[in-house]
Amino acid sequence: MSALAGTGTLTRLALRRDRLMIPAWVAVLAVVMVGSASSAVSLYPDAESLRKLAAGLAGDSSVLAIYGPATALDTIGGITMWKPGGLVFVLVGLMSLLIVVRHSRAEEESGRLELVGAGAVGRYAPLTAALLTALVADLVLGALIALGMIAIGTPATGSISAGLCFSACGLVFAGIAALTAQLSEGARAANGLAGAALGASYLLRAAGDSAGANGPSWLSWLSPIGWCQQVRSYADERWWVLALPVAFALLVLGVGYALAARRNLGAGMFAAGTGPATASARLRTPIALAWRLQRGALLAWTVVFAVVGVVVGSIANGINGLLSDNADITDVLSRLGGKGDAINAYLSVVLGVLGLVAAVYAVQATLRLRAEETGLRAEPLLATRVSRIAWATSHATFAVVGSAFLLAVAGLLAGLTYGAEVGDVGGQLPRLLGATLVQVPAVWVLAGISLAMFGLVPRLAAGAWAAFGLCVLLGEFGPLLRLSHWAVDVSPFTHLPRSLGVAPAAGPLIWLLVIAALPGVDGLAGLRRRDIG
Amino acid sequence: MTTAIDVSGLVKSFGRTRALDGLDLCVQTGEVHGFLGPNGAGKSTTIRVLLGLLRKDAGSVRLLGGDPWRDATTLHRRLAYVPGDVMLWPNLSGGEVIDLLGRLRGGLDPGRRAQLLERFDLDPTKKGRAYSKGNRQKVALVAALASDAELLVLDEPTSGLDPLMEAVFRDCVAEERRAGRTVLLSSHILAEVEALCDRVSIVRNGRTVETGTLTELRHLTRTSISAELAAVPAGLAGLPGVHDLDVQGDRVRLEVDNAHLSEVLVELTRSGVRGLVSQPPTLEELFLRHYERDGAATAPAGLTPTQSPRPGTQPPDAQSPVNRSSAGRR
Repeated sequence: MSALAGTGTLTRLALRRDRLMIPAWVAVLAVVMVGSASSAVSLYPDAESLRKLAAGLAGDSSVLAIYGPATALDTIGGITMWKPGGLVFVLVGLMSLLIVVRHSRAEEESGRLELVGAGAVGRYAPLTAALLTALVADLVLGALIALGMIAIGTPATGSISAGLCFSACGLVFAGIAALTAQLSEGARAANGLAGAALGASYLLRAAGDSAGANGPSWLSWLSPIGWCQQVRSYADERWWVLALPVAFALLVLGVGYALAARRNLGAGMFAAGTGPATASARLRTPIALAWRLQRGALLAWTVVFAVVGVVVGSIANGINGLLSDNADITDVLSRLGGKGDAINAYLSVVLGVLGLVAAVYAVQATLRLRAEETGLRAEPLLATRVSRIAWATSHATFAVVGSAFLLAVAGLLAGLTYGAEVGDVGGQLPRLLGATLVQVPAVWVLAGISLAMFGLVPRLAAGAWAAFGLCVLLGEFGPLLRLSHWAVDVSPFTHLPRSLGVAPAAGPLIWLLVIAALPGVDGLAGLRRRDIG
Repeated sequence: MTTAIDVSGLVKSFGRTRALDGLDLCVQTGEVHGFLGPNGAGKSTTIRVLLGLLRKDAGSVRLLGGDPWRDATTLHRRLAYVPGDVMLWPNLSGGEVIDLLGRLRGGLDPGRRAQLLERFDLDPTKKGRAYSKGNRQKVALVAALASDAELLVLDEPTSGLDPLMEAVFRDCVAEERRAGRTVLLSSHILAEVEALCDRVSIVRNGRTVETGTLTELRHLTRTSISAELAAVPAGLAGLPGVHDLDVQGDRVRLEVDNAHLSEVLVELTRSGVRGLVSQPPTLEELFLRHYERDGAATAPAGLTPTQSPRPGTQPPDAQSPVNRSSAGRR
C-alpha cells in the first residue's frame, strides 16, 4: 500500500466537513481586501490625494510596524496591500494553520483517525489531506483577491503577485502547522505552537519595518510575512522573493513528514509525562479545575501581551514629531479613532487593537465551556454536586478576570517602557495603564455575548466569533467607509473613550458594563433551563 | 422497602425523534437493578434525565425522594455516576480525576481507593490522554466505587474492560449490594446482568417492555429440552406450546412454554427417556424475544428454523434469526 493511499478520499472528507468554515474564511478575507480597495478608490479619487497620504504614512515608523513596509502607497493596489493587507497576511496564516491542525492532530487526538487509519489509508495520507485542504483554501483565496483587484481596476501584474503572496503566506503556516502537529499530543498545543510562530513572524516584521534606515531592518527578512510584503506587489514586483516562502514551506514540510514517519499514531515528539497519583488538596472546586485547564493558555497569552506592551512602549517615542506636522496622517489616525496629538493618537489606535486581541482571549476562554460539553467532560462533573452555574462561572471567570489581567500586563509594561524612554514613569505609567484598562468593558461585552450564545443557543456557540468579527470589521473599516453612526455604534469598542490625555467619561463605560452583564446573565439562565450534551 | 428511583410515563423528544416514549422504571433501595435494552433504546437518555442533565418533556421522575431536575446538586451528593463513554481531561492524571470527582461528590474513602486501584490494576499517574478506553472506564469506576454514595448509576460500565476486569467489576458490585447500596446498571451484556441483578427492566424504543425479578420473567418464557429417547417420538409435534422441534433419529431438541411443560414430559416418558437435559431460559432469550419483534418487522429474510438457540452469552445478533423464526410461528 502506498504511503499516500486514501489521500483523495480524506481530502474530500475534510473539504466536506469544512464546507461552511473554509468558504466563510475565504469570503470574508477576500471581501475585506477587495472591499477596502474599492472604498479607497472613492476616498482618494485622484493621484494627488494618494501621494499626500503616502508621503505622510511612509515616514511613520509606528504605522509601519502595524501594517508593514510602505511600498507603492500612492497606488490603490499598494495602499490596499498595506492596509488591510498587512493584517490579512496574519489572518491567512491563522486560517491555514487552524485547517491543518484540525484535520491532522485534532482528528488523531479525538481517536477518529484511528478508525480511518485502519482502512486503506497510507501513513502520510491524513497529513497530506490536511495540507491539500489548506492549500485549496489558500489558492482559492489568492485567486479571488487577484481577480477582485483586477476587477477594481488595479494593474493585473500587481494583482496576480498580490494573490500569490497571500497563497504563499498561507502555505508557509500550513507547513509550520504540519510540523507542530507532529510535536505535541494535543491539538490545542499544536495550534498554540503554530500560532506562536505566526506571532513571532509578525513581531519580527514589525520590528524590522519600523526600525528606520539605520536600525535592524534586516529583521523583516527573517519573517515569512515579511517576505510576502517584500515582493512589493504594485511597485517593482520582485518575483524571486516568492521563492523564499515556498522554499521555507517545503523545508518545514519535509521535517514534518520525516517526524510523521518516525512516530506512533497518537504520540507526539514531546512524550506526555506522568502526573501525580493523587490530586493536590486544592483541586476540589470547579474553579480549581478551570485553573488547571486554562492556566497554560493564560500563560501563553500573558507572554504575548507582555511582549506587545514592551514593543508598543519602546517604539512610541520614535514617532513623536514625525507625525505632528502631517495633517493627513493625523486625520487618518483620528478617523481610526485616535484623538489628540500624534503620539496619543498612535497609542490610542494600538491599544484599541490590543483590546480586540484581548477579546479573542475572552471569547476563547468562554467557549471552552462548549468544548467541555461536547467533549463529554462536563457530564461527569455536572453529575456531582457542582451546579451548572458554578461550572459555567468557573470558566467565565477566566474570560472576565483573565482578559482584564492581560490588558493590565500590556498597559503596565507599555507605561514602564515608554515612561523610561521619556523619563516620566510616574506620569506615563498610570496614563497608559488607564488607557489600556479602559478597553476592559468592551472586551467583557464580547465575553457576555459568548456566554449568552453558549447558554441560549449552544449549537451556534461558535457564532460568538462572528460577533467578534463584526466588531473588527466595524472598527477597522466603519469610519473609513463612513458608515452611518448607528451601524458603527453596534460595536462596543466604538463607545470607548479615545482621548488619552483627559480622564475618560464614566457614562459609556458603565453602560458597557451593564450591556456586558445582561447577555451574561441571560446565558447563565439559559444554561439552567436547557439540556446538557 | 423504599423506592430509590421511580419513573413513570417518562417522555423525552429531541426535535422530531421521540427518544423516550412513556418509559417506566422502579428501583427499590438496596437492590441491583438491571437496565437492559439494545443500542438506542433510551437507556442513556433515561439516565441523563435521572441525573438532571436532560429535562423531561412529560411523566414523573423521582430520585432518592427528590426531583432530579430541581434538586440536582443536593441529590448528586448522594450518588455516583459512571458514563458509558468516559472522557478525561487530557492534562490531568487518572489519580487527580479520581480525587477530584470524589471530592465533588462529597467524599472518598482513601483506603478503598487504594484497594480498588490495585484490584483494577490501574496506574493513576498516567495523563488522561494516555489512557486506553478500558483504562478511562476504570478511572471512572474507581472514582464511583470509592465514593460514599448511596446510589450508583452505571451506564454500560464494563464496555472496554477485558474479561478479567469484568470479573473484578462483578465482585465489586456484589460487595456494594452486600453493603446495602442501590445500583442501577445499564447494560447489554446479559451474563453480567444475570449474575448481578435482583430485578431487571427491559426497554425498547423508549418504552419499558418487561420488568420484574429474573424468576418472574422466566415464567413468561420457555424451557429448552434436549433428550435422548428409546424410540422415535410421534406425538410431540401436535402438542400445544412446543416450538423449534428438531428430531434427529432418537435425539430430540425442543422448546416448550413453561405452562405446557408437563404434557411434553409425559410424551417424552412414553417414548422412554435415556438422557434428558433441560435448561431454564436465560436472560438472553428474554432479551431476544423483545428484539425479535423489531427484527421480524424489518428483516425477515435468511431464517434458519432448524437451529435452536443455545443458552449462553453470545451477542444477540448471533442468534436472532432463530428467534425471528419462532416469532413468526407464535
